[in-house]
Amino acid sequence: MILDHLPALQVVVPLMAAPLIVLLRSGRAGWLIATLVSWFALAVAVMLFMRVQSVGVISYAIGNWPPPWGIEYRVDALNAFVLVLVSLIASVVLPYARTSIAAEVPADRHYLLYSMFVLCLCGLLGMAITGDVFNIFVFLEISSLSGYVLIGLGRDRRALHSAFQYLIMGTIGATFYIIGVGLLYLMTGTLNLADMTVRLAAVEETRPVRAALAFITVGLSLKIALFPLHVWLPGAYAGAPSAVVAFMAGTATKVSVYVMLRFVFGIFGVRLVLPDLHLLDMLMIFSAAAMITASLTALFQKDLKRLLAYSSVAQIGYITLGLSLANNDGVTASVAHLFNHGITKAALFMLVGGIVLRVGTCQVDALAGLARRMPVTCFGIVIAGLSLVGVPGTAGFITKWHLVLAALQDGQWWVVAVVGASSLLAAAYVWRFVEVAYMQPAPADAVTRSEAPLQMLVPACAMVAACIYFGFETSFSLGGARDAAAVLLGGLR
Amino acid sequence: MRDFFVLRVIAKLLIPFMLLFALYVQFHGDFGPGGGFQAGVMCAAAVIFYALIFGLPAARALVPDAVVESMLAVGVLIYAGVGVAGLLLGGNFLDYFVLAADPVAGQHRGIFLVEVGVLVTVSAVMLKIFYMFAGRSRNTPD
Amino acid sequence: MTVGSHYSYWVTILLMIAGLYIVVARRNLIKKLIGLAIFQTSVYLLYIAPGKLIGGTAPIIAEGFTVYSNPLPHVLILTAIVVGVATLALGLALVVRIHEEYGSIEEDAILEIAERETTAQEQGGDRA
Repeated sequence: MILDHLPALQVVVPLMAAPLIVLLRSGRAGWLIATLVSWFALAVAVMLFMRVQSVGVISYAIGNWPPPWGIEYRVDALNAFVLVLVSLIASVVLPYARTSIAAEVPADRHYLLYSMFVLCLCGLLGMAITGDVFNIFVFLEISSLSGYVLIGLGRDRRALHSAFQYLIMGTIGATFYIIGVGLLYLMTGTLNLADMTVRLAAVEETRPVRAALAFITVGLSLKIALFPLHVWLPGAYAGAPSAVVAFMAGTATKVSVYVMLRFVFGIFGVRLVLPDLHLLDMLMIFSAAAMITASLTALFQKDLKRLLAYSSVAQIGYITLGLSLANNDGVTASVAHLFNHGITKAALFMLVGGIVLRVGTCQVDALAGLARRMPVTCFGIVIAGLSLVGVPGTAGFITKWHLVLAALQDGQWWVVAVVGASSLLAAAYVWRFVEVAYMQPAPADAVTRSEAPLQMLVPACAMVAACIYFGFETSFSLGGARDAAAVLLGGLR
Repeated sequence: MRDFFVLRVIAKLLIPFMLLFALYVQFHGDFGPGGGFQAGVMCAAAVIFYALIFGLPAARALVPDAVVESMLAVGVLIYAGVGVAGLLLGGNFLDYFVLAADPVAGQHRGIFLVEVGVLVTVSAVMLKIFYMFAGRSRNTPD
Repeated sequence: MTVGSHYSYWVTILLMIAGLYIVVARRNLIKKLIGLAIFQTSVYLLYIAPGKLIGGTAPIIAEGFTVYSNPLPHVLILTAIVVGVATLALGLALVVRIHEEYGSIEEDAILEIAERETTAQEQGGDRA
């Protein structure tokens, strides 16, 4: 009985938690509710994932209005995977958040922050689960608006301007998306994803449909911070409270990538995208540019959060690169990298949050000899950093390996070279941290030993352990991604 | 504004009718143009009008910040609660058909309750925005 | 199918480009938000205009009417308007906070201050 309503509960419970937290007006209760809700969401997501594996696609008609007329929540192998990713990261970050937030945000705003946090979670889960293109826009804006607030709550005043820039760029992106959806609606008369795919076949050679494809791709590229459109991301990630970045870096851009995958493969299909529009070629070029230039920029950052933010832009390049290869291995790598990069980056930002708490800054130059002061944190950063580089035995390796395989299968040797170069650059910027933290002597007045509090350290280390675990046990990450790729490419072959 | 006798009298005369009209728009939403969004804005406008004539402190005494903030949350909870009621009565989320014995009456009841939620939240949001912006001045940061 | 018969599209395109231009070209944060609002308004028109059928009525079944306008775009755009208002309110709230913190709403001035702070922070890092 209750199992039938899992898709609704996935979104509704976080949605109802947000006003409840506002009503209680207590930071402590807010944190507790938010944490419980994220765990509940994770349980629901895992149950949905398993049900999809056993019974196939789950369709849920909101308000009992049958699709395509009503809003349909549609869970298949792809978005069940995304749901698990989002709720997993939320449910690890939230236990961590309490200490971190308490140190970085004034106490009277805590309950509002947790309310926005669950609302953001609700928006991201909603984007992933819904099968209605306009509903995606609504959830996109729910997650974005709460995201702007969360970033603006950073303790530095530069966070305010970053949030404003993000708001402008994000709104342009969302509006582009909605323009594209409008054109598609005019041409097909439907908003349901599955129905639209069917009806689009009759009109796919028309100009409005192509314009729609352009608008949607550019709009979503803004949201996922694809290389030339990434300018909002470093500032936003550098300014936001640590727990917020850990959550958003692991999830927000990833869900937008999911929507892009849906549109590029699910709706427009390779028929339209591949042959004469060169969309995928362009994506490939921009991805390669992201991997090189963003990694290079990361190399010269002095702020650890900014360094990681540029690294995120580069890693998004890997994801879109897999997408642009448009073969089975490529899309598998792309989807798996959503997960692997999500946990890696969340782990890194959580650990950096610990450094911010203890040292008061995350300027790389101020971290000399940190390994003696915070050995566990530094070791964690090294391990997660290795996953970022893609060293065998870590989660990052699995996806890079498949990316390389996909490129070879396509005969694209230069892509392999780009992946290699980008990995070397990643190794270089991780090494910068290692050199400062491990090789340089600590300043004379340094505190001898002050590790981050356990409440922060344990979730962060769990995330680091996950980076290793998913480097060996790939049945979920790679297996799930393979099923997802089959869903995306299956209908088109 | 305390000295403008005409304005104060007119305001006192008008505000009840503004609220009444808001309720008319709210309930007439079933049959014609109207509904929670418009009615919510009108309700908020009545209070904002009061604040413009009698001053922000008077309005804040009439509708305190804490009440506004709670209304904000309660409205959303009413909306979502209707959806959950549909779940509990054996339908899907937001299924109004099961809210009454007769499906048409159920739809009517569902949309009516949802619009109440919209009214509460929209008026609270409008008031909150007004309070936040009007309550700031150059020398009171935060 | 003359150019003039689709004038609502021309208005849409004009608003779209004008709004986007203001967002990109203006350095004043309030003006940026105004541009953003105009840009979003163009989308409302893009949805609403094609939903209207000339001679069509509201979609309520009644004697003597056979042509109905499409109500769905209105519902969608009602949602989009709410989203737009929320974005604008949040944007303005951020501008108020930015003004309180920086004493300016000109992007150049804000960036200059932020730049100076970043440099100071980095040099502080060197000393430590």
